[in-house]
Amino acid sequence: MEVHRFEKLWLGLALLLIVAFIGTVTYGAVGAGVQMIDDSGGTVEADALDEHPQFSQPGTYKTGENSYDVYVIARQFLFQPGSSEPIRVPAGSTVTFHVTSGDVVHGFEVASTNVNAMAIPGQIAKMTVEFEEPGSYGVVCHEYCGAAHHTMEGQLRVLPQNEFTANMTEG
Amino acid sequence: MAYADEHPDDTETADGISTERAAFLDRYPHEAFVVRLNFLVAFAALGIGGFFGLLQALHRTGYLRLIPSADYYTMLTGHGVLLALVFTTFFIAGIFTWALTRALDEKLSPRLSYLWFGTMLVGTVLAAVTILAGFTDSGISADVLYTFYPPMQAHPAFYVGAALLIVGSWIAGADWFLAYRRWRSKNPDSRIPLQAFMVLMTTLMWYLSTLGVAVEVVVFLIPWSLGWISQVDPLLTRSLFWFFGHAVVYFWLLPAYLVWYTILPKLAGGRLFSDPLARVVFVLFLLLSTPVGFHHQYVDPGISEGFKFIAMTNTMFLLLPSLLTAFTVVASIEHGARQSGGTGRLGWLRSLPWTNPAFSGSALAGLMFAAGGFSGMINAGMNINYLVHNTLWMPGHFHLTVGTAFALTAMAITYWLLPQITGKELSLKGVATVQPFVWFVGMTLMSNAMHRAGLAGVPRRTAEPQYQNVSFEGVVGGITEMQIQIAIGGTLLFVALAMFLAVITATWLSGRSERISVNGDIPAALSGPENSPRILDDMRVWFGIAVVLVIIAYGPPLWALASDGLLAPGSPPIPV
Repeated sequence: MEVHRFEKLWLGLALLLIVAFIGTVTYGAVGAGVQMIDDSGGTVEADALDEHPQFSQPGTYKTGENSYDVYVIARQFLFQPGSSEPIRVPAGSTVTFHVTSGDVVHGFEVASTNVNAMAIPGQIAKMTVEFEEPGSYGVVCHEYCGAAHHTMEGQLRVLPQNEFTANMTEG
Repeated sequence: MAYADEHPDDTETADGISTERAAFLDRYPHEAFVVRLNFLVAFAALGIGGFFGLLQALHRTGYLRLIPSADYYTMLTGHGVLLALVFTTFFIAGIFTWALTRALDEKLSPRLSYLWFGTMLVGTVLAAVTILAGFTDSGISADVLYTFYPPMQAHPAFYVGAALLIVGSWIAGADWFLAYRRWRSKNPDSRIPLQAFMVLMTTLMWYLSTLGVAVEVVVFLIPWSLGWISQVDPLLTRSLFWFFGHAVVYFWLLPAYLVWYTILPKLAGGRLFSDPLARVVFVLFLLLSTPVGFHHQYVDPGISEGFKFIAMTNTMFLLLPSLLTAFTVVASIEHGARQSGGTGRLGWLRSLPWTNPAFSGSALAGLMFAAGGFSGMINAGMNINYLVHNTLWMPGHFHLTVGTAFALTAMAITYWLLPQITGKELSLKGVATVQPFVWFVGMTLMSNAMHRAGLAGVPRRTAEPQYQNVSFEGVVGGITEMQIQIAIGGTLLFVALAMFLAVITATWLSGRSERISVNGDIPAALSGPENSPRILDDMRVWFGIAVVLVIIAYGPPLWALASDGLLAPGSPPIPV
């Protein structure tokens, strides 16, 4: 079977490009430490969230010197916390989100950041991020979840350290 | 070698225009009828789904809201199902019937063809009526979008309809494989003609990948929607959907590849560069289309990083057949242009038949697919995907792929195919000549703005991406400018669609012509299949390897999801 030399060259370059792409993703995961959302968040009974130690009282829990766990429930059509009251975290801290859903599949996106996860009933999406500077971010549900999906939004406030008080002190 | 596809009863002049009528219709009247039936359903779905698309573009951007935002999702479900599932599947069934029959010179079984068409049609009507009932107060609805993630629940008729559409497509595949078997018994030593090879490999890929969605719908969703089981596992069912959900992308794309490899070079005035490489490309798609589905679930909880990494690697290698296609198709077109007197490094582009809409549409679709391929590489990048997952970037991406690479190629090649299956000369040729360019401009405006809005974080699948506490800042350009482009682009796309439907309707309603100015002859490739390894044609080997790859990529994660109970952690239905 005859393969033209330009075809061979192209094939070689294509393979190089592919290997380079895989290389960058691998570097992102190993070198730069970009973590994937995985199964480490565990599972939970979607219709028994009020029996869960933290999801029964979702919010920000202090877990260490400068680290916090934030538990968020997505429901048709609000985030708890997030919608009626903002999610509050202190600036310059390490924050681990634990997000689940109490009904259908939702999305959890902190706009203009790379905090982006699916909220799936029965599963807990866990992701750790750092917010350096105080500020305010919008939170949107980015998966269709019913007739009022477009109203499902919330807020995340990154407060200066001295203005922040965890609503719960231990996790 | 019984490879050459020429039919001896055609006399072809130097410019490739047949002087005889010699339509596919005269040689295969039943098959031509089956193709027409499929195209009729496909284009009806295209018209309705496209109209919804226009309303969505105007609604989302806030320029014109004709319906309440709650009904937007009924419309969006209709748009997705009618275009991504109905238009595509029926068009593909039609063009594959044409390609296989023509390439093998083998007729289909009339009873079987009516059975599969009928099954697909009944399924489509069931699903479509259930979706459209969502606009009424009937209490029946299926506002679950075309991904129908549980625990959001649709009326059972929606799931039954979806299942019938898929089962019908399986029977169509059987019809094609039986024709192939008859051909094989008469031609035991021949290489499979290229178009038939492409049809059969795509069908094998379809059988393998639809297994996921079939299990999801038949084993879980239908019993659940009928109340026979009280709960389903949302993550497991969603994973089964994506087992199918990326391969379906290639089910849409490969018919466009069939056109680009086998018909486009001829329209450009030449012939395919390399037949064996085309076969290699289709083999690669059979192998790699399915074990990649987890790249749609990069930000899903409950699936370990390793499984996502395997899917990412497979996805990146899936770039290879598309990159090879880019080379072969461009090389074949250039060869054609030079045959017609084209010269220069890029000057040959001027010698291409840009006024032939079958050519211009397919070529522009290929060009847009290149852009779609690049945005797809971003999506495949496991970490950078965080930025774009479920944002408007995604529909921006797939309106370049299924919405142009497939849809525009389908429309363009219909200008060439319709005369052959109806025996009628194409009407409104002037409208047809302009139409692909209108589509191209409309999609350029809409898609670039959707990509950029996605980078700014604007979510997809929402009636009103305007929030009280959330503002989006464009990385390149402003949000208002993007909305204008989306609205104008969407409108132009609908204009192009209306132009296409006008040409098709006028042609269909016209009388049969004495002569038609196209024929279905496909010139043999510059380097034919004779010297390529025969194993390329061994479908059993490739299907076997494809199954093994799927077991490796999907066995462990599906086992992990199922081992805590097939229905657990479970969710009761939530009606919409």
